[in-house]
Amino acid sequence: MGIEQPKTLGSGFITTSLDKLVNWSRASSLWPLTFGLACCAIEMMSTGAARFDLDRLGVLFRASPRQADVIIIAGTVTKKMLPVIKTVYEQMPEPKYVIAMGACASSGGVFDTYSVVQGVDEHLPVDVYIPGCPPRPEGLLYGLMKLQEKIRAERNTFGSAIGVGEVVQPTMASSV
Amino acid sequence: MSDQAIVEKLQAKFSSAVLNVVEHRGETTVTVEKEQIVEIATFLRDECGYNFLCDLCGVDYLGQSPRFMVVYNLYNIAAKQRLRVKVPVEEQDANVDTVSVVWGTANWHERECWDLMGISFNDHPDLRRILMPADWEGHPLRKDYPVQGPDREPYQGRLS
Repeated sequence: MGIEQPKTLGSGFITTSLDKLVNWSRASSLWPLTFGLACCAIEMMSTGAARFDLDRLGVLFRASPRQADVIIIAGTVTKKMLPVIKTVYEQMPEPKYVIAMGACASSGGVFDTYSVVQGVDEHLPVDVYIPGCPPRPEGLLYGLMKLQEKIRAERNTFGSAIGVGEVVQPTMASSV
Repeated sequence: MSDQAIVEKLQAKFSSAVLNVVEHRGETTVTVEKEQIVEIATFLRDECGYNFLCDLCGVDYLGQSPRFMVVYNLYNIAAKQRLRVKVPVEEQDANVDTVSVVWGTANWHERECWDLMGISFNDHPDLRRILMPADWEGHPLRKDYPVQGPDREPYQGRLS
């Protein structure tokens, strides 16, 4: 019997302050992968451009999954495209988040057919669902802000970063 | 050369192979036997000037016999004339000789037709799936293919 690893660093003043620092930096520099699948990608581009300007939230699109923190599934996921999405997701470094943007990515949408995945959550752990067909840029902004709220509510992020325990995800009640 | 003159020329050369000729609103459709499609296609390209195959598609008339039709939409670029050639295909013997030797563009069109309709093309240089994933089973544009896929319960309508 060895010494058991503690599950977290606890909830003392110093550790929670360090958690807050880590959460602040993660939530303030959410770099999404430049990855669009359908018309939702047009709205995503619009959200990133001058009128809505994702940069002011620290959201900068990256062209490589190695540099990305979040993947926005922006559009219809076909069964032929799914292996590509899975590969790109697996190439992203931890911690990584998934946003299902629009009806198609959330549930298959109107494409209730043989060739379309009925919701990307069958294959990837989705953090935020954004309704709409396609969602307006305000919707995507709100979804990203919800993800930031979720990241800020995570616990033991500093501990997991130095190899002690796992990140404790917020429960639904405490996430707001 | 008018459509009528071309059809008469075709009938003179392939009298037994031409099954039906329909003219509707200025569009001429010729139905021919599938055994002679390559000869007819070569004749239409070389003698009648149809140097462009706009589209090649399959049609599923489920419940009728023959079940399938392969449709060739031809265009004469110089004379700006169109002609539609159709070939009936039986379900038990769902294959047609390839016309990719006549028009190179038929290569991918025939791959699509095979992928989605399950009509195979004899002597095709590269008959692989083109739209569906390579390991897909079945031909989804056939009328008896379940629209939501074979592994799902069919949609029963709204419950509320």
